[in-house]
Amino acid sequence: MTKQLKLILSLVLLAVIIVGGYFVATNKSGVESSDEKKIGFIYIGPPGDHGWTYMHDQGRQFMEKELGSSISTTYIEGVPENADAVRAIRKLAESGHDLIFTTSFNYMDQTLEVAKEFPDVKFEHATGFKRTDNVSTYAARFYEGRTVIGHIAGKMTKSNTIGYIASFPIPEVIRGINAFYLAASKVNPDVKIKIIWVYTWYDPGKEADAANTLINQGADIIVQHTDTFAPCQAAEKAGVLAFGQASNQEDFCPNAHMTSIEDVWGDYYTARAKAIVEGNWTSTDTWGGMDTGMVKMSPYNEKILSAELIAEAKALEESIKDGSTHSFAGPIYNQAGELVVAEGSVADDGMLAGMMFYVQGIEDQVPQ
Amino acid sequence: MDSAMIIGIINIIIIGTTPLIFAAIGELVAEKSGVLNLGLEGMMLVGAVSAFVTLVITGSYFMALIVSLISGLLMSGFFAFLVLYLIANQVASGLALTIFGIGISSMIGKNYIGTPIEGLSPYFFVIMSFVIVILVGYFFKKTKTGLIIKAVGESHNSAHSLGFNVIKIRFLSILFGGAMSALAGFYISICYAPMWQEGMIAGRGWIALALVVFATWNPERVLLGAYIFGGVAIIQMNLQAFGVKFPGQFFNMMPYLVTIIVLVIISGNKLRIKLSAPACLTIPFNKNQ
Repeated sequence: MTKQLKLILSLVLLAVIIVGGYFVATNKSGVESSDEKKIGFIYIGPPGDHGWTYMHDQGRQFMEKELGSSISTTYIEGVPENADAVRAIRKLAESGHDLIFTTSFNYMDQTLEVAKEFPDVKFEHATGFKRTDNVSTYAARFYEGRTVIGHIAGKMTKSNTIGYIASFPIPEVIRGINAFYLAASKVNPDVKIKIIWVYTWYDPGKEADAANTLINQGADIIVQHTDTFAPCQAAEKAGVLAFGQASNQEDFCPNAHMTSIEDVWGDYYTARAKAIVEGNWTSTDTWGGMDTGMVKMSPYNEKILSAELIAEAKALEESIKDGSTHSFAGPIYNQAGELVVAEGSVADDGMLAGMMFYVQGIEDQVPQ
Repeated sequence: MDSAMIIGIINIIIIGTTPLIFAAIGELVAEKSGVLNLGLEGMMLVGAVSAFVTLVITGSYFMALIVSLISGLLMSGFFAFLVLYLIANQVASGLALTIFGIGISSMIGKNYIGTPIEGLSPYFFVIMSFVIVILVGYFFKKTKTGLIIKAVGESHNSAHSLGFNVIKIRFLSILFGGAMSALAGFYISICYAPMWQEGMIAGRGWIALALVVFATWNPERVLLGAYIFGGVAIIQMNLQAFGVKFPGQFFNMMPYLVTIIVLVIISGNKLRIKLSAPACLTIPFNKNQ
């Protein structure tokens, strides 16, 4: 075979793969009609990941059910956080979408770039902080859930050692560790927390290794801030307890799973889409907690937790909702012993958004 | 730290290291015959997903293993066809195989993400990994076929003029590599982390590739290198959990760093290169030339 022929063949093959992938990746649901509003979603992973993207897709489906024929939705899954995102977002904007949700932090600049080209299209960027007239941002206060699981962990641990699998040292994760530790040490002053940074959101093998390492070092409860259910599965196998992440993971570890912190986007998506339908959408910044329903606890496992403890956890949820309990209520000291939140006050959103220090009592250092 | 904890650490190291050994020893055989297959990651993914889906459908671990191995043979057979018969560039074809594997494994596994399964005990495969390494070592040192593969990898023209079928020998070596990659994938989705998630191999294919260079194409050293790579990863986790301040990122890149160092060392000395890297690695063979 000649060189040219091979080159042409490879190019054709490449073109087929790219074009094919593009069509496969674009999933459309709902029937088009002229007056319906089109809502688009950009996903970082597959909707079946049982974690982050799964919950966004649940939100999309909920919104579709709520608003019926007044909207139709489209999503593009597995969009990398690079220049490809611009193309994917632009594709939705060009094809007549009225509102586009970009559901990962690192779509920030790409979202803004496309939003500038399409001033009539509205955009919503998850977990970001850059807004314009047609770009809103939204996020959830997951740390409130960590206060609840911290309370449960403090009461449930027998070895007083809790293993915590962390992804990347960013404020979101460090805030979670602090909220968890503050709640756990409040009910159990002897509690100790062992932290392993795995430097990935997503590697089932590594997450299982980390869980097993923590269990081997005496942890009897595993907490995770990574995306797969491998840690919960490892806990189940070793006969210790665990909390799930992002979605209810009870099916994968029925005897280890106490509860999960769930991300619930449905109500928010419905409200925002409704605003588009009614024509009163404005650019906003939303950081919703349990009170907005964005953060929810999975059903507490009655096989493991006593009725009394479940009642306590539910009461704690209620008090977080009505504001009488705050995850970061003073006095809070940092590791150097300096008072960072005074008694009687709570940490403000600015401090929470940039939190890069551990609170007093955590025997570890934030990785540099 | 008591003995139970040390045994626990060793246990975690062994379980995590085994898939690296499978993938690397398969690649080693292919490279010994003179073919560099960069498609490990893709073949492992396809091996993992086909094993998982078969297990969910049939409920049989044995069937899962068989289907997984077949998928590895198909993937590597396709690669072998490209590089041996169409004489396509090995590096480009291998990369394409990885990209293809990432895509097709996502497509096959789409409806199976998050399906719970009962994991299989890893220890049989742990023992198997040692046995395979020993057998491959013996094969290259003591058997005629092993020496023929080495000859093909060192100088395919000489081997050809001696009457050996270079294409056939390379084809079989590539197939062995594919089967071992699929076995590694099977082990990961059935024993190590019993689940299917897209891209769950998470770079282990590339570490296995680095491992072959690190081991300077010596089977026993693959075993040693795998345990060094795997051991360091787990030990740094232990140090973290003990509260020792530690640059975790550094240890994530360590396998690649040491491999580069090994490459620098062996390429600084012509004799050393001759002794380790197969001379015809990545060079295409065309008997009509």
